[in-house]
Amino acid sequence: MNWLLRNWPDVLVSLWEHIAISLTALAIAFAISLVIGIVAARREKLYGTVMTISGLLYTIPTLAFLAFLIPLVGLGRANAIITMVAFSLMILIRSVATGIREVPADIIDAARGMGMNPAQIMRRIELPLALPLIVAGLRVSAVTVISVTVVAAYVNAGGLGTLIFNGIASDHPAKIWTGALSVCLLSVSVDMGLALLERRLKNRRAA
Amino acid sequence: MFADAWTYLLSHPTQFYRALGVHVALSASALLIAALICIPAGIAVARKDKLSLAVVNAANVGRTLPSLAVLALVMPILGTGFAPALFALTLIALPPIVTHTIVGMRGVDADAVDAAIGMGMTRAALLWRVELPMAMPVIFAGLRTAAVQIISGAVLAAFIGGGGLGDFITAGIAMMAVPQLLVGAIPVALLALGTDFLFGALQRRMTPQGLRAS
Repeated sequence: MNWLLRNWPDVLVSLWEHIAISLTALAIAFAISLVIGIVAARREKLYGTVMTISGLLYTIPTLAFLAFLIPLVGLGRANAIITMVAFSLMILIRSVATGIREVPADIIDAARGMGMNPAQIMRRIELPLALPLIVAGLRVSAVTVISVTVVAAYVNAGGLGTLIFNGIASDHPAKIWTGALSVCLLSVSVDMGLALLERRLKNRRAA
Repeated sequence: MFADAWTYLLSHPTQFYRALGVHVALSASALLIAALICIPAGIAVARKDKLSLAVVNAANVGRTLPSLAVLALVMPILGTGFAPALFALTLIALPPIVTHTIVGMRGVDADAVDAAIGMGMTRAALLWRVELPMAMPVIFAGLRTAAVQIISGAVLAAFIGGGGLGDFITAGIAMMAVPQLLVGAIPVALLALGTDFLFGALQRRMTPQGLRAS
């Protein structure tokens, strides 16, 4: 506790780094997944292939993935962000594609009948209706990315994992506790915040 | 690059097999212990509505905790080595198994249960011959998720002295020795993918004939 009182500015810097890396990775992964999800949603075969490949990426252990990238991109933040993007693709693509698929066919028929073109239908009908599911996917992947960021500190990406690794290396329990508990608090609060958003979006749709 | 990794592997067979053995032993024991705790507990909890909701909610919070944070929190209390790593990995496996058991048991078709009671089945027969077989696919989905998470977590066990294939990766990163790092990373990736595939196949076999989609 004393250690934390003396060093809280450093802890806040690590927390901020953690959030910044996670958000960057999540934004990149979301942009990629939105495009792939929209393209694959109504193409059964392509969707299967995309899910198989992204499922493989999701199954490979984090530290092994970071290690594979070292010969290619070296240590540091780029390595960490590529790993995180690879990890969140499956969850995000699946949520985008499932959200679009579950839009009732008669709503799309009605939109077509009103003279909307496919791009308008996607932007004004399908994506808004898919939003609650997309947010659900973002919630799971946000938590995953935060968890991967902890390990990524080992390849010098920064963030709260740095505190944990320094604490382990110098046998300093206060650092370990601070790092591990702050990262748990971060995941739980992000999860709960996005769960709240998800519920609001669902209620708005029902009303 | 891969040739160098192969040469490294051939020149360090004892260390490799020992690390692989520790990795598999650590993962399998954690999965077994977690399953022995969570499946019976889940079955018992599933009968009570409020308790089920409370346990599922608590487990969902538990699932968001990063594996490395769990391992790191265990270390100052239990120290380093195989046993603390096993304890942490078991903790990591609890939430997916318990939630899937509860969801699987509660999802059993009420008509099937009614029919079984009408046929005069005892409670035990109902559980073993109707409820468990019908919940099995969902329970196996939970075991599959837990198994993959444990294998990934066991890589991180290297940080708290738990041994396993993570040792090659951490040593390889520390010395920037790519062959050594690959000797850890490739087998562990194959182990995770193989386990996922194996549990997927088991899950399909465990599905009762009448419940199979095709």
